[in-house]
Amino acid sequence: MQNLKEVLNQLKTNHLSAEALCEQCIQRLRKTQDLNAYVSVSDSKARRQAQKAQQIYNSGKNIRKLEGIPIAVKDNYSTTDIQTSCASHMLLGYHPPYNATVVQRLLDQGAILMGKTNMDEFAMGSGSVNSIFGPVKNPWKYPFNKKTQNNQSSDYDVRAASNKKTSMDYSANPSKNDSNQETQYVTETDHVTESDQSQAWYVSGGSSGGSAVAVATASCLVALGSDTGGSVRNPASYCGVVGYKPTYGLVSRHGLIPLVNSMDVPGILSKTVDDTAAVLDVIAGHDELDSTTVTDPRVPFNLPDVSRIDIKSFHIGIPKEYHVPTLPGETRQTWQRAADIFENAGAKVSQVSLPHMQYSIVCYSVLNACEVASNMACYDGIEFGHRASTSDSTEALYASTRHQGFNEVVRGRILAGNYFLLKRNYDKYFLQAQRVRRLISQDFANIFKEGIDVLLTPTTLSDAMSYTDYISEDNRTRCEKEDLFTQPVNMAGLPAINIPMEISTSGLPVGLQLIGQSFKDKRLLTISKWFEHQVNFPYSDLVNSIE
Amino acid sequence: MVSKFDRKHYFYADLPAGYQITQHRQPIAVNGYLKYTSLQSAKGNQRPVKKMAKILQIQLEQDSGKSLHDDELRRSLIDLNRAGVGLMEIVTAPDFSTGTEAAAFIKELLLILQTIKVCDGKMSEGSLRVDANVSVHHPGQPLGVRTEVKNLNSITGVTKAIDFEIKRQISELEKGNEIFNETKSFDYVTGKTVTMRDKERLQDYRFMPEPNLLPLRLYTNDTLPTGLSDDQIVNVDKLRDSLPLLPAQKRQAVQDKYGLSYNQAQFLVGEEGLLEYFTDVVEETNRDPLLTYNLLANQVLMYLNREDISIHNSPVCSKRLKELVVLLSHKTISLNTAKKVLEVMFEGDTRLPPDIVEHHNWKQITDPDKIEEYCLDAITKNHKLVSLYKGGKKKVFQNLVGQVHKMAYGRAEPNLVNEILKKKLDQM
Repeated sequence: MQNLKEVLNQLKTNHLSAEALCEQCIQRLRKTQDLNAYVSVSDSKARRQAQKAQQIYNSGKNIRKLEGIPIAVKDNYSTTDIQTSCASHMLLGYHPPYNATVVQRLLDQGAILMGKTNMDEFAMGSGSVNSIFGPVKNPWKYPFNKKTQNNQSSDYDVRAASNKKTSMDYSANPSKNDSNQETQYVTETDHVTESDQSQAWYVSGGSSGGSAVAVATASCLVALGSDTGGSVRNPASYCGVVGYKPTYGLVSRHGLIPLVNSMDVPGILSKTVDDTAAVLDVIAGHDELDSTTVTDPRVPFNLPDVSRIDIKSFHIGIPKEYHVPTLPGETRQTWQRAADIFENAGAKVSQVSLPHMQYSIVCYSVLNACEVASNMACYDGIEFGHRASTSDSTEALYASTRHQGFNEVVRGRILAGNYFLLKRNYDKYFLQAQRVRRLISQDFANIFKEGIDVLLTPTTLSDAMSYTDYISEDNRTRCEKEDLFTQPVNMAGLPAINIPMEISTSGLPVGLQLIGQSFKDKRLLTISKWFEHQVNFPYSDLVNSIE
Repeated sequence: MVSKFDRKHYFYADLPAGYQITQHRQPIAVNGYLKYTSLQSAKGNQRPVKKMAKILQIQLEQDSGKSLHDDELRRSLIDLNRAGVGLMEIVTAPDFSTGTEAAAFIKELLLILQTIKVCDGKMSEGSLRVDANVSVHHPGQPLGVRTEVKNLNSITGVTKAIDFEIKRQISELEKGNEIFNETKSFDYVTGKTVTMRDKERLQDYRFMPEPNLLPLRLYTNDTLPTGLSDDQIVNVDKLRDSLPLLPAQKRQAVQDKYGLSYNQAQFLVGEEGLLEYFTDVVEETNRDPLLTYNLLANQVLMYLNREDISIHNSPVCSKRLKELVVLLSHKTISLNTAKKVLEVMFEGDTRLPPDIVEHHNWKQITDPDKIEEYCLDAITKNHKLVSLYKGGKKKVFQNLVGQVHKMAYGRAEPNLVNEILKKKLDQM
């Protein structure tokens, strides 16, 4: 298995060329095309950048931290070269005039962008099934050999599908910007494709499903996602990769199209904690363009060797409120095994309490809807994005544009949010949710004050669901269940990580979540690194099934 | 001292974000006041009356874009250049009774803002806009229903719009009609307020705290925080100490030092650069300030206003005016001559006043003998007027004075002329 440190070493010592590495990733991307992880692919440009990277390696001078490393970025990050759609008709064909800060920082260190990854529309979802480009599929147990693996020329078509038939007077005409020839094309069809229905496949989790799949299938080494209620950790758990959510305020959100400004955090998908730390090192730190980033001076995130991590000095907390009645037995056992790993190695493990956790998901839903209603107000079709062809009045234009551009999930949250923010409701809903949010924050703070270093919990209720099972419930109900364990972390602004632990009896990955103290990201990563080393997740199982 | 930012949501073509960032719940300042002077007419005179208006709050917010309605082509044009730019909204209590009072307040406010270099005061360019809330009521009764006249962008507009609206409301009420709480704009052409095509429904702005902006903290010397660098701290005490002299202080200083009236002091303080110009001249010449003031206010400003030039670009600099003042106060030239010299300088003559006077031979004649000559000359040549005068018509004296000046080409010292002519006439 390739991790960042090894790859960078091979590149530096000429055992691997940047072009070969890039080519490997492109091939894997093609082989796993059916998984629908990517919305846009920029392979021609990537190849050119790999060439340049190789020249730098040849010269041996000015080699940057991520020189020649292929990365993928979720499609809600603004990128100048490639379309940024948020998997929505509202922004289909939209080309931002700037790069998101985190993207720019990665590119400035020599990273090569393979493409933009698929997601739930505007990041609203926990399955990556609500996308205009069709759902993202979990590579685990995916019937690969039953499909024809396309070997096409560059810049392939991603076949788009919509789950429900929605009539639009918008005809897909992507990429109005002629200057980038290499971006993908989306052809939209009104019906669900064969593969979506006929074969059994599992959801990738969401909303950063595409990024998680890209990393799992090694079409890139690391990927950016965004985490508002668990959108990085959830797909990481389902796809068996490391999914990291930094402390709120550590990483700039400038250029990340916002879902919930007070909870969104750029997140990192990778295969090792060391890789995560290396990427965090590049992207973290104050950004003038984001007032919510802290101005404290940056400390580097290099982690100690596993052998030098003294796990006995750490105190692990097990929050009893996470023992929900709906928790399946298998998950409970995995969780217990993880706790035992810590205890057997000499770490202190104790039960702790988060008394207000039961209220968290409801408050999260209210605050989420409120900020969504506010953030989505800028989509009026006037300055950018989709514009309906109505010309009766400005109001009619706005209404049509927004109805056509947004899917039901988005529209539903906007309506709910507007309701909660009405003058007569503000106190009852918004303020009340904020008050409870403070209580939840304090619950965590109290635990950490007593000397707990990290909390250990399941990331999701179970392993990945089949697509048909998953869509048997609507988005709102689904999110309420799937976000249960992850969203309290966002309410409190804490750092948290999913570490893939083992394969379930169904043959799908199971991950565990570690939650750390605000701005103690390094400590969290250190403990995670130790744990990762103990469980030694079988990444090669997936790789073998693909090749 | 903490203030916070909120989002105010509504849909309009000039609001691209779909919300405006403002300070609805906790603005940056509350409970203030502004002292100003309003000119009230009494017996043909204007006397300044000291007033004070309460300022309820000041809030920071974003500007929207500008919308222009093209009625002919039935379309709206949106200019987004100023959308998102920060501005300050100052909200007063209903402390004004007339358009004049409101205008006086605005003038003083503008002057202060210009003095502290926060605003360039160009209302016509949109640097300051006024929304006036107007209502009428009988004395002792509670305030009536108000209408809001929006986007007034000139001082005269403020005065006219408010006065019109007051009259309109009184007229309506006297007819037995109701006043509706509506939004109006002022039509400069017709001089009337007109109702804006507004949504009748009540707007719920769904205010929500702005999640991307931190609370704004202001500190004083006593409350300075540790651990923050200087450029992260806003110290109100420090800012207060660094303020330049404000208009009220400047006016008082001028009145005290030079003995000028309030109106005269206001005149000098009211235009940027004028006071400096004035003090330049007065300090150096150590001459009668009133003399300088009159020359400046009447002759120089008249010319500058006609040509629409600011005092900074005056072709007559303070140095040259100073020389003119010296000549005047020495009685080397008469006031009329001074006006002529100014005229010449404004037309482009760049010489110093003494040189100009010399060149044109405009020195005032102060030799009594010479003047006597002119007087006798005038008497000789105007029998009729002299007879009338001797016969009792004292008014024709002025005509005779005029004749003397004519003969002297206007260079005779007026007081001497009067004196000597009278003497000569009485001697006859």
